Amino acid sequence: MSIKITSVGKTFGDFVALDDINLDIATGELTALLGPSGGGKSTLLRIIAGLEVADSGTVEIEGVDATRLPAQKRNVGFVFQHYAAFRHLTVANNVAFGLKVRKRSKKEIAARVDDLLRLVHLSQFADRLPSQLSGGQRQRMALARALAIEPSVLLLDEPFGALDAKVRKELRDWLRRLHDEVHVTTVFVTHDQEEALEVADRIVVINDGRIEQVGSPDELYDEPASDFVMSFLGPVTTLNGALVRPHDLEIESSPFLGASAGRVVRYTRVGYEVRLDVELTEEAGTAPVLVTLTRADASAKQLGEGSRVWLRPITPTGHDFRVPVGVARPA
Amino acid sequence: MASAVSATGAVRTTRQKSPLRWVLRVLVITYLFFLVIWPVALVAKATFSRGLAPVIESLSQPEVIFAFQLTLVVAFWAVLINTIFGIGISLLLVRYTFPGRRALSALIDLPLSVSPIVVGLSLLLVYSGQTGWLGSTLENAGLQVIYAPPGIVLATAFVSLPLVIREIIPVLHEIGTEQEQAARSLGASPVQTFARITLPAIRWALLYGVVLSLARSLGEFGAVKIVSGGVAMRTQTATLLVEERYGQFGPDNTTSAYAAAFILALIAVIALTIVTSLRPDKESS
Amino acid sequence: MTASSLAMPPVRVEPPTRRMGPRRSRQATSLSGASALGLGVALLWFSLLVLIPLTAVLVQASAGGWDAYWAALSSAQTVAALKLTVGTSFLVTMINILMGTAIAWVLVRDHFPGKRVLEVVIDIPFALPTIVAGLVLLSLYGPSSPLGVNWANTRMAVFLAFLFVTLPFVVRTVQPVLLELEPEVEEAAASLGASRFTTFSRIILPSLAPAITSGAALSFARGISEYGSLVLLSGNLPYNTEVASVRILSYVEGDKLTDAAAVASILLVVALVVIVALDVISRRVARHG
Repeated sequence: MSIKITSVGKTFGDFVALDDINLDIATGELTALLGPSGGGKSTLLRIIAGLEVADSGTVEIEGVDATRLPAQKRNVGFVFQHYAAFRHLTVANNVAFGLKVRKRSKKEIAARVDDLLRLVHLSQFADRLPSQLSGGQRQRMALARALAIEPSVLLLDEPFGALDAKVRKELRDWLRRLHDEVHVTTVFVTHDQEEALEVADRIVVINDGRIEQVGSPDELYDEPASDFVMSFLGPVTTLNGALVRPHDLEIESSPFLGASAGRVVRYTRVGYEVRLDVELTEEAGTAPVLVTLTRADASAKQLGEGSRVWLRPITPTGHDFRVPVGVARPA
Repeated sequence: MASAVSATGAVRTTRQKSPLRWVLRVLVITYLFFLVIWPVALVAKATFSRGLAPVIESLSQPEVIFAFQLTLVVAFWAVLINTIFGIGISLLLVRYTFPGRRALSALIDLPLSVSPIVVGLSLLLVYSGQTGWLGSTLENAGLQVIYAPPGIVLATAFVSLPLVIREIIPVLHEIGTEQEQAARSLGASPVQTFARITLPAIRWALLYGVVLSLARSLGEFGAVKIVSGGVAMRTQTATLLVEERYGQFGPDNTTSAYAAAFILALIAVIALTIVTSLRPDKESS
Repeated sequence: MTASSLAMPPVRVEPPTRRMGPRRSRQATSLSGASALGLGVALLWFSLLVLIPLTAVLVQASAGGWDAYWAALSSAQTVAALKLTVGTSFLVTMINILMGTAIAWVLVRDHFPGKRVLEVVIDIPFALPTIVAGLVLLSLYGPSSPLGVNWANTRMAVFLAFLFVTLPFVVRTVQPVLLELEPEVEEAAASLGASRFTTFSRIILPSLAPAITSGAALSFARGISEYGSLVLLSGNLPYNTEVASVRILSYVEGDKLTDAAAVASILLVVALVVIVALDVISRRVARHG
C-alpha cells in the first residue's frame, strides 16, 4: 500500500468535514476522489499532503506513519486548482524550487528541470514568467514542479477545475498518458464524474464527509451502492418510484409486458441524441420521466410530441436492479 | 488590469465628451493649484529668493547638519523597527487566528488618528524620568528616554507604525496561502518559504510602506516636540529646527528655515515619486 | 493602475471569519510555537509603544477625580478650542467628501496630459512634514501673499491647514473602488433607460458610499488631531485660532499634565470612535462583497 488512511476525522467548528475515513490506495494506482463540493474530498487530500491536520486517525505513506509529519517532510507532490504558481519565478525556477531547497547541485537541477519541461511540453517557455502562460500551461508547469521532487505520491486538487472545457479534456487525456509513463501513485480530487470515469483506475465517492463507495469506474457505474452514487455518476430519472438511467429505458409506441403507459410531452434534440419527457398516465401531475435514445431510434419508432408510448427499464445484466427512490431527479 | 482600465477609459473618452467632464476637470485642477501646487512652488521660490549661496551657507551650519543627522538616525531606527514589527504583525493578522485578532487589527490603525500632541503626552506620562510609569526604572538602569534620542525614536515609531502594515496586509490577502503551501509541499522550511516566496511577493508593497514610513518619520513634528525638548545640537530634529529658525528674526534665519523645509519636502517628494514609478502597474497577473 | 493607493485603503477587506467550513479556514491557521512567540513579542512592543502610553493618558485624566476632569474640559478656553477644532474638521470633511470624490473621479475616468502629475500632487500633503505644510500655505495665504490676502493668524488659516493635510484621504479611499467599478454596470444602467443622474445616484454612489464614509472618517480624525501645520500659520490665539492639540500642548508646557490628559482623552475617544466605525464599515463591505 502506498497510502493507508485509518479512521481519519476532521471538523471545522461544528461542520463535520470528514467522519471516520478508512481508505487504502495501492502503489502506482491512479485514484479519483469524487464527490460534490463541500463533501470533504479536498480536505482528505490536504490531510494526506499534511496541509491540514486530522483531528483523529492516522495517515501512513509508504509504510511510514506521516500523521504528525509537516508537509515539507512528506515528500508529496501537490498540485493546486489555481496552480499556485510562484509568480516572481520563471517557469524553470518554479520547477527547480523543490530541488533548490533540497540543496541539489546546479548541474543536477538543470538536467532534471530540462527533462521535466520536456515531459510537460514547456521547454520553449523555460524563461517565461507564469503570467505569460495560459491556464493549461501553468497547470502543466505546476505538475512538473510537483514531479521534480520525485514524490512518493502525487496529489492533485481539482487540477483542471479552473480550465475551459477543451483544455480540460486535453489535459485529462494527457494526465492519463503521463501516469502510464511515470507510474507514480496519484490521487486527484474532482467533482466531475466524467473526468473520474475517464481517467481513474479507481474511484472513491465521498459525500458528507463519508466514503459512499470505492470501486473501478465500471463497478461504480453498473453497480452503484446507493442512490447518491447512482445519481452522482450520471443522469437519472424516476420510473414508478425507482431510479433508472434515462438511456436504460425501453420505449415502444405500443404496449408490451411490464411497461407503463404515458405520453410524450416534450421532444428535444441535442445533436445525435433525443430527449423525451414522458408523462405517465397513472402518475399524471408528477414530474415526467426523462428518456434518452438515439435520433435514428426515435425516428424509427416515429416518436414526437404527443405520441402515446410504453416504458420499461432495461438492464445490461438482464435483471431488474431497481433501487428504491431516495433521491429526486436532479435538475 | 492596467490595460483593461485604460481600455475602458478610452471607450469612455470617445463616448461621452460632456460639458460636465470639462467642468469637473477644471474645478479639480484649480482646486489643487490653489491648495497645493502654487503654495509649494512659492516655498521653492522663497527658498532661493536670495540665490543659492545663502541656502548652501545656512545648510552647512553645524546646528543644521546636526539636526539633519539626528533626523536621519531617528528615522532609520523608527523605520527599521516598524518594518520588522510590521512584517511580523501583518503575517500574524493575515495567516493566523487567535483571540483578540480583530481588536488588534483595529487598534493597529489607532496611531494614524491620534494627535501627535497626544502621542507626545502619552509617552511623556510613561517614560518621563521623574514622573513616568516606567521612566524612573529605566533611568535608574541608565536609559534616559524622554529629552533624549530614544524618546524621539519612540515618538517617531508610534506615529508611523501602521504605514508598513497597511501596505502589506492587502497584498498578503491577495496572494493567498496557496503559493506558501506549494512551497511547503515541495519541501521548503518555514524560513525558506518566507524568504523565497512570501517576501518576494510582498516586496513592492513593503518598499512602498517603508518609504511612506520614512517620509512620515523625517517629517514628524508634534510628538517629537514634546518628548525631545528641542535642544540645539542635542535633541533638535530638522522639523524642530524649521520652527525655531522661522520664529527668529532676520533674513538669515528665515532662509535657513526655508532651506531646511525645502530639503525635507524634497526628500519626501523624491522618495514618493521614485517609489510610485518603480512600483509595477500590477504586481499580480 | 495609476500612481498608488498611498497608505490609505482603510476599507481593508478581510475575508469573513470562518463560516463556510473547510475552504475559509485554510486562509488562517491557529497559532503554534514560533508564531505564538512572535505574537507575544509583537504584542509586548505594541503595548509598550502604544497601548500603555495611551492608557496612561486616560489614567492621568482621571487622576484629579471627576470634578477636576470636568473643570478642565469646561474651561472657556478649552471649550472654544474644542468647538473650533470639531467645527472646522466637520466643515473640511464635508468639502473633502465633495472635492475628494470629484478628484478621484477625474483621476480615474478623465484622461488628459499631465494627469500623472496630479497623482503626485495628491500625495504631497501626506508626504510633506506638517511644519513645512504650514510654511507652504503661509507663502500663498500669509503676509506676503501674491494674492493680496493675509489669512495668517485667522480662522481661515486653520481651515486651510485642515483642508491641506486632509486632502489625500477621501481621494485615496474612493479611487481604488472607482477603478474596480465596472463601466459595464453603468452601461447596463444606461441601456435600461437610466439618465446619467439616475445612474450616478442609484448605481455609482451606493458603491462608493462605504469608501467615501471611511475617507471622511479618516479626514475628520486627522483634522481634529492636527497640530504641526498650524504652528507657523494660525498664531494659536486663545479663543480665536487655538485648536485642541495646541490647548493640550500649552497645558503640557505649563506642567498641568492632568488638564492636558483630560483634553487629550476627548481626542482619544474620537479617534477610537473613528477606528470602530471604520472597522464596522470595512466588515460590512466585506460581507456584501
